[in-house]
Amino acid sequence: MARKTPEINSSSQADIAFLLLCFFLMTTSMDVDYGITRRLPPPVEQNDEDVKVKERNVMNVMVNKSDKLLVNGRPSDISLLKDEAKRFMTPRPNDETAPEVETKHFDLVGDVLMSKGVISLQNDRGTSYAMYISVQNELARAFNELKEEMAWQKFHKHLDQLTEDQTKAINEAVPVRVSEAEPVVYGAN
Amino acid sequence: MGKFRKEGKKEVPQVSTSSLPDIVYMLIFFFMITTSMRDVELKVKTAMPKATEIQKLERKALVSSIYIGPPRDTKLGTESRIQLDDAFARPQDIADWIQKERDSRSEADRPLLTTALKVHKETRMGVVTDVKQELRKVGAFRINYTTLKGSALEN
Repeated sequence: MARKTPEINSSSQADIAFLLLCFFLMTTSMDVDYGITRRLPPPVEQNDEDVKVKERNVMNVMVNKSDKLLVNGRPSDISLLKDEAKRFMTPRPNDETAPEVETKHFDLVGDVLMSKGVISLQNDRGTSYAMYISVQNELARAFNELKEEMAWQKFHKHLDQLTEDQTKAINEAVPVRVSEAEPVVYGAN
Repeated sequence: MGKFRKEGKKEVPQVSTSSLPDIVYMLIFFFMITTSMRDVELKVKTAMPKATEIQKLERKALVSSIYIGPPRDTKLGTESRIQLDDAFARPQDIADWIQKERDSRSEADRPLLTTALKVHKETRMGVVTDVKQELRKVGAFRINYTTLKGSALEN
């Protein structure tokens, strides 16, 4: 005599499916965007109001339309840019060719020797966006390394381990001084 | 006659719920396929360059995106175009668009509005510079160059 096998109760399977649905709903991140955040300068009113900056305080970075770099009039390469920028922004009080230095006092970090250097970035209308981002990234990397060094020197901590106040102090002591030149048109591209 | 009579009592059979999970799965798949994560249909290619010094874009509600890149439709050429919302636009349209984006946010959120530039890596900087100049004019100073993660030296 054939025995009837008892049916497996599958009413809870729906709950399991719902549970799965909820899990995936919660864990799926809707493609998070990352990027380089920048603040644009306010528009300039007059063009003739040029601020005089000493030549030794400026590092000129130019990118031409075939993505070639010119740093202070000398051809350079993107792989060298980070170290050049870092060297330029590191305060060197006894070097006549380096940017001027000043000592400023900040809360938490105390007296800091700061370079008056400014990195001026100018690109051609024909420069590719990839090159522009690479240059921006390398310059940001130089400043981040300086900040990291400062954080280690002052707090014996890495930059990402600092408290909010400490991060703020470091950001004030190592300002990101990258200025983008007003666009100029040098003839047709 | 007794041949056809059922044995036992007459009972209403239980409604089988065994197909319920299948229905739920079907729903999951339907929504998985139809949900598009993006709120706009991209008309331009945006293969973004890579960078390392990047920050996460916080609070998506405060971000409005401008897409710049060569059109997907190859009939329109390879010159980079600007896309605002769902349509191609010219640089001079940006001021109005920013105003519209501001109006759609609450008063408190307006100063925090960030403009994300999603630009194809082969785009020439001329277009991007025009866009940036327009943004400066209308006071939308917070921008973000959206990039992928990776070494910038490989771009």
